Amino acid sequence: MTDVVESVIRGLGNGSVYALLALGFVIIYKATRVISFAQPSLMLAGAVAVSYLAEVTGFYLAVLLAGLLIAGVALVIERVAIRPMVGRPFFVVAIITLGVDVVVRVVVNAFIGRDVRQMGDPWGFTQVSFGPFVVQTRWLAMLLVTAVLVGLLFAFFRYTRYGLAMRAAAFDQETALAQGVSVGMVFALSWGLAGFLAAIAGMFVGTGQGVEQLTWIIALKALPAIIVGGLDSLGGAVVGGLAIGVVESLFQSYQGQLAPWLGQNFAVVTPYVVMLVVLLIRPYGLWGTKEVERV
Amino acid sequence: MSDRESPTKERRPWKQGRPPMAWAADIPTGRSRRPRGRPLLYTSYSQDMALLDTGAKKVWTGLLVLVAFGLSVVLADRSLEVLAGAYVLAIGAIGLNIVTGYAGQVSLGHAFFVAIGAYTGAALSGPPGGRTLGFGVAEIWIWLPAAGLMAAAAGVLVAPLATRLRGLYLAVVTLGLVFLGEHIFKEWDALTGGPGVGRSAAVPQLFGVRLDQDGPLGTREQLLYLLMLVLLIVFAVAARNLARSRIGRAFMAIRDRDIAAEVMGVPLTRYKVLAFGISSFYAGCAGALLYSISGYVEPGSFSLLLSVQFIAMVLIGGVATVSGAIAGALFISLLQPLTRSLPALVPFVSADTTVTPNVFQVETVLYGLLIILFLVFEPRGLFGVWIRVRNYWKSWPFSY
Repeated sequence: MTDVVESVIRGLGNGSVYALLALGFVIIYKATRVISFAQPSLMLAGAVAVSYLAEVTGFYLAVLLAGLLIAGVALVIERVAIRPMVGRPFFVVAIITLGVDVVVRVVVNAFIGRDVRQMGDPWGFTQVSFGPFVVQTRWLAMLLVTAVLVGLLFAFFRYTRYGLAMRAAAFDQETALAQGVSVGMVFALSWGLAGFLAAIAGMFVGTGQGVEQLTWIIALKALPAIIVGGLDSLGGAVVGGLAIGVVESLFQSYQGQLAPWLGQNFAVVTPYVVMLVVLLIRPYGLWGTKEVERV
Repeated sequence: MSDRESPTKERRPWKQGRPPMAWAADIPTGRSRRPRGRPLLYTSYSQDMALLDTGAKKVWTGLLVLVAFGLSVVLADRSLEVLAGAYVLAIGAIGLNIVTGYAGQVSLGHAFFVAIGAYTGAALSGPPGGRTLGFGVAEIWIWLPAAGLMAAAAGVLVAPLATRLRGLYLAVVTLGLVFLGEHIFKEWDALTGGPGVGRSAAVPQLFGVRLDQDGPLGTREQLLYLLMLVLLIVFAVAARNLARSRIGRAFMAIRDRDIAAEVMGVPLTRYKVLAFGISSFYAGCAGALLYSISGYVEPGSFSLLLSVQFIAMVLIGGVATVSGAIAGALFISLLQPLTRSLPALVPFVSADTTVTPNVFQVETVLYGLLIILFLVFEPRGLFGVWIRVRNYWKSWPFSY
């Protein structure tokens, strides 16, 4: 039983990273109706920025600076590659973000080099025990920080002027524009927020095992999370991320004993399996808005 | 000449005791000649629907095909091998263009179907009783259709999911397919040889003649080049024919507005399944052929990057055009040898992978940048560039 609880906590830790990334996807999607395939590269860039800055400024300040830096990078990408495409088909813009991702990743990979870069984080693989349960500190840190960030984010959307503007623009762009909301500002803000969240997620992915060139694949697991939760649901992104994390962690622990015929490392693809199963039952995810077509 | 009679001559055909729509019989449908000096005047439907609808197109396409065949004698073997690979990729790109360009269903899962084709071909033609699965059927006319059909079957299996989903949901699901496929192919050692090890690919043998060995008919590269060229022509003409048929028009109707298409009587599910099936058939054939050139398949090669490459070919070449897909495939395939020769020209680019910037980085950045630049500045791709150039010269000296 203790194994199960430990496995679930590990899953919640990883899942909260997916949730952060998924929130970035959903924020951009709600503002611009585009899935940004550039998130993986921003996550990787965030992790690498932390690994460099931590040597100079210490870890905590480095995380903040890296977050702001990547938010800035995201703003530039939005201004240069996405804003000129307003009004074009969403699929075309999505493919552009795919191109952005490829370019940014090559640049970031040049900074990573062949080795694994360490984050310089205070958690490493240290463990704490609560009675019979032994869990790694970093899972708890991930869960806690994500909870705080999600709380702040929801408060931002609920109580601030800019949050209101973003909700209005997501609800109906033209009407929002007519009411004096700067939709361009909303686009920029959504990319900036997503960049910040991606950088924090990247930092957490790098804790313990460090960051290498292939780390970006992890960010793609946030895609099943948003599909499971529903593309335009912020709460769905958080729940989806956590659920994907827990399922993956449980498969990692038990699939080898219970279902060895699925092959080694099956846990790596479980997010996609969960996604397919959910979509077969609910094509718009758990909390996604069902598209109503008027002719 | 019956086409002189205009269908509008009888003002109200239904008033004259003729069954409704009978005037449609007056519209000329057979072959008919154009009036002298009016090479662009269409006088019948068949002229409008022709594959090569103008004289210029007939002449230039004929010349292009002749040159393509001539290249097999002129070019060095190494260039022929690159071009043969480009032709195979073009077949795959045409396939992706059918589902994404014509039918408008965004698929990031093309690599998965390519992989199924590659392994079907490899397993059929592999030596029986070896380290990996093999049935010893090396004849290309058996394993090529089999590879295509197997991939098409997979496409039809996936399609029910696709018909429930729209737009970006579909893109993400097909992306998931690539990861699932990668996992399956890495784990199924008996078929694929396992990651890092791989297996021998499909053996191209036509009526007992091995095309991947030097023979009396030509060198290995010449034979492969000619095989791929002929197959590309067959697949390209088939795709053009499909696009102008009832099926192709149904695809385009679904792409432009699926609800309107459904109202007009296009069964959405059936045609979406069909689009995935045909596209996967092309992907499967391309997969089986692609690795028969190098003779070796590794399960790691069917990653998301391969899908992105196909997307890049379609977008750079031109969405929903067959010639564009071919141009895009040639462009992307020739990018690699071009960047490989960069260190000789540009001093700061290195051929060594441990140094920055090296040729591999330049190549990957170019993929990304070209996708972005083409989408921002010329969404119709190379095909659009060609149209612009053509129109400029067509109306020269009054082109403004």
